[in-house]
Amino acid sequence: MRPRVLEHGYGIGPKLLFRLIRLVSGRPLPDAARLTFYRPDFYGTHAKQFTHEAMRGRSKWSVGDRELMAAYVSKLNDCPFCVGAHTATAARAYQDRERVAAVLTDLDSAPIQEGLRATLGMLGKLTGEGTLSAEDIRAVLSAGVSHQQIEDALAVNFAFNTTDRLANAFAFEVLSQEGCEAGAKYLLKRGYG
Amino acid sequence: MPAEDEKRSIHRLLVNRILQGPGRAPADQRARAFDNAKLPEALRPLLDKVATKPAQVTDADFARATAAGFTDDQLFEVVICAAVGQSTRQYQAGLAALAEAIAQTESE
Repeated sequence: MRPRVLEHGYGIGPKLLFRLIRLVSGRPLPDAARLTFYRPDFYGTHAKQFTHEAMRGRSKWSVGDRELMAAYVSKLNDCPFCVGAHTATAARAYQDRERVAAVLTDLDSAPIQEGLRATLGMLGKLTGEGTLSAEDIRAVLSAGVSHQQIEDALAVNFAFNTTDRLANAFAFEVLSQEGCEAGAKYLLKRGYG
Repeated sequence: MPAEDEKRSIHRLLVNRILQGPGRAPADQRARAFDNAKLPEALRPLLDKVATKPAQVTDADFARATAAGFTDDQLFEVVICAAVGQSTRQYQAGLAALAEAIAQTESE
């Protein structure tokens, strides 16, 4: 990671933990998780709370839907680290790799419900243009999505527009396919907390 | 919809912490990073990319800030502020559009 302090500047506790994780799992802790151990009081603690609530808190969206939103937004932000991790997590949550691949290839033709399609389109516009109109929201409502579901999707969008930016700026090391699968398993079992 | 969504409250805590809590970068610099506005020359390329085209950030952008005297800890903070700032503008724009759409529906 850059700057260098994110590679070497951790306290003795986190350093031991990183070593233990590598020993037990056979792979390094992904940089997204490592970052939250760097001065956690500044960013990591609240960021984990927010992300956990957005991705695993109560919502009418399934975990798979929210992981798919994360992967979709990350693709638009051109963030290979997050695309890899959350494509694998969405595919595992849905037990359906093809559906996730189809959404990331062509949202319009992907075999998903209209409400989810409209919501992903809305997040795509917000991520790309930085803003939304009431009309954009009404289009999603008329696809059968509730107010609270829109609120929940906007939170997923916040979490991943932030994490994508940090992943690219701090140069998170992109995970191997096996690393993504192991990460997906962990995120479905434990979440982000 | 509940009066206060839990996620909104955590978001507010996060933003307050990074902008007003203790830090190695002065609070006004963190605020400028968050707003992506009035940035010093040495930080502008790095932080504008974080906000608007994060995939294009390079080692040279960090090197330029380091050469101007910014420490790694200061850069850690202002990069986070820039990222959270852009995402917060999106979040607020989305929530504002949602509130407007709800108000329109109710007045129909």
